[in-house]
Amino acid sequence: MTSKAKRRRKENVAAPTPKITWKEIKRQKVLLFWSAAIVVYGVIFYYLPLVGWLMAFEDYKPKDGLFHSAFVGMKNFQHLFSDATFIKVLRNTLAMGVINLAVTFIMAIVFAILLNEVQSRKGKKTVQTISYLPHFLSWIIVTGILHDALSGTGIVNEILVNLHLIEKPINFFAHPKYFWPIVAFANVWKETGWNAIIYLAAITAIDPSLYEAASIDGAGRWAKIRSVTLPGIKPTIMILLLMNVGNVLNAGFEIQYLLGNGLVQSVSQTIDIYVLKWGISQGNYAIGTAAGIFKSFVSIILIIIANQIAKRNGEERLF
Amino acid sequence: MKEVYQSKTKIKKSWPDKIFVVLNTLFMISFVVITLYPVLNTLAISLNDGTDALRGGIYLIPRKLTFKNYITVLQKDNLITGAWVTVLRTVLGTAVALITNAILAYIVSRKRFLFKRSLSLFWVVTMYVNGGMIPVFLLYKNLGLTNSFWVYIIPGMISAFNMLVIRTYMSGIPDSLEESAQLDGAGYTTIFIKIISPLCKPVYATVALFVAVGQWNSWFDAMLYNRMSPEYTTLQYELMKLLSSVTNQSSSAEAMKNAMGSVTPTSVRAAATILTMLPIICLYPFLQRYFITGLTIGGVKE
Repeated sequence: MTSKAKRRRKENVAAPTPKITWKEIKRQKVLLFWSAAIVVYGVIFYYLPLVGWLMAFEDYKPKDGLFHSAFVGMKNFQHLFSDATFIKVLRNTLAMGVINLAVTFIMAIVFAILLNEVQSRKGKKTVQTISYLPHFLSWIIVTGILHDALSGTGIVNEILVNLHLIEKPINFFAHPKYFWPIVAFANVWKETGWNAIIYLAAITAIDPSLYEAASIDGAGRWAKIRSVTLPGIKPTIMILLLMNVGNVLNAGFEIQYLLGNGLVQSVSQTIDIYVLKWGISQGNYAIGTAAGIFKSFVSIILIIIANQIAKRNGEERLF
Repeated sequence: MKEVYQSKTKIKKSWPDKIFVVLNTLFMISFVVITLYPVLNTLAISLNDGTDALRGGIYLIPRKLTFKNYITVLQKDNLITGAWVTVLRTVLGTAVALITNAILAYIVSRKRFLFKRSLSLFWVVTMYVNGGMIPVFLLYKNLGLTNSFWVYIIPGMISAFNMLVIRTYMSGIPDSLEESAQLDGAGYTTIFIKIISPLCKPVYATVALFVAVGQWNSWFDAMLYNRMSPEYTTLQYELMKLLSSVTNQSSSAEAMKNAMGSVTPTSVRAAATILTMLPIICLYPFLQRYFITGLTIGGVKE
């Protein structure tokens, strides 16, 4: 028994996964049973919808079903790209995705670095606790709050009027030019504290002797941030940037859906809203699915490109 | 708060450093104000007389204190139904998701498991490739999940991200614990329940928190799948309807007209907003260490 255990322990280190034998299968039957159940679940809920991608290449009619609708090749995609609305929607999704990524990313890093410089532990903890709060609120609540703050009698108009920067209150939700900045601000407001958590953890992991050495060399605060803190969290920044680049097209649905209205729809609609409106509500399943596939496709290409760039520069990478 | 920041000076500071401290303190104060003010302002509006609030000028303190808005909210049947459904989906959904993710993470973190790599890959792929809104919608429709409570629970049972967080934590538990239990004759099920799970309490708490917040805040599934079934409405979805009814009123004159007595749609919405965020605001400060652990583990390259 003991020699067997010893051997097993040795095997664990040397060859982690044993060969598939009846003996091993019998030994692991509990694990195999549960993993089979989980795979069945995964196939149904995650892989079966991929079969629905067929719709995008068909003149899909619900009464004919997925396998008996006429095959039309790339016609739905051609239709999509000749649709002026879709081009606009694509532009909005990309623009808001990139703006939001850039702004929230920079704000989180700046906030983490500055919060780390706060001397009082109590102050630091208080600010950090408050900074998480908006992350836990739903977009419904956040947009409700935004409506209050930006309304005709809201605080923003009140301040602007009292400072005599504007003559009378602006209706922020009626002008397309304000929409993207409002969305970017809302994202920053909601996620800065939350996104900063991971950078703060990375800063804590920096060797304190580096700061001491910098102090001895006469480095001030700015110099220390530039030459110790930033290089120390660079790997974290790179990996998070990589993970987020693939999500650029996924970033736009809830807030745009909730804040958008007829007056700003030329700048507020995103791919997901387009799919919801034209696909589900109007029953154009084929076109909607084509738009969804296009989105997945672009996301995967973006991830691969970002990963390759990181690889070439010798940075951290995802795979 | 200002004094607290500046009091602990150990070494004599140079001029630029002093300026830095002052500017940094100002930055932190404005950050806190910008974060908290809108929430406190909504609280003040919710406690103020509705018609009076339309005049504007309410900041942090209600001008005409009243609890009528809250009473109105608590008398709305759809909001009460929504609250019950939301509580139920949060409790049940979190329990189910935690158990299934933990089982999956346990299986793929067993060193001897035959399909360890392929099963992990099977789930990691789902993080990047998904069918999209329409195929998923049609699938749920065909499975009978539309107009049903179960659409809140079953589709979200396993998430690759949460599974990876638990798996990373489990991989950190020494193998010797499992081996000595096996020598005592314990099977995989016993080891999972009696040995691994008690050690995983912190990471379980993290994942439970992530799932619970997601359940509490979600509204899109209620709108997309259960629009026709008011008995399965959720709190957030009802709040959303309240929001759009308020913003569709173009002028405050129109809002005045719709106001019943001293209660306006705006003030009712403020009260409903506060009630909806109350449980989260009360709980999250105590759960801080759990989500910090979770995020830090989740950020680890996998």
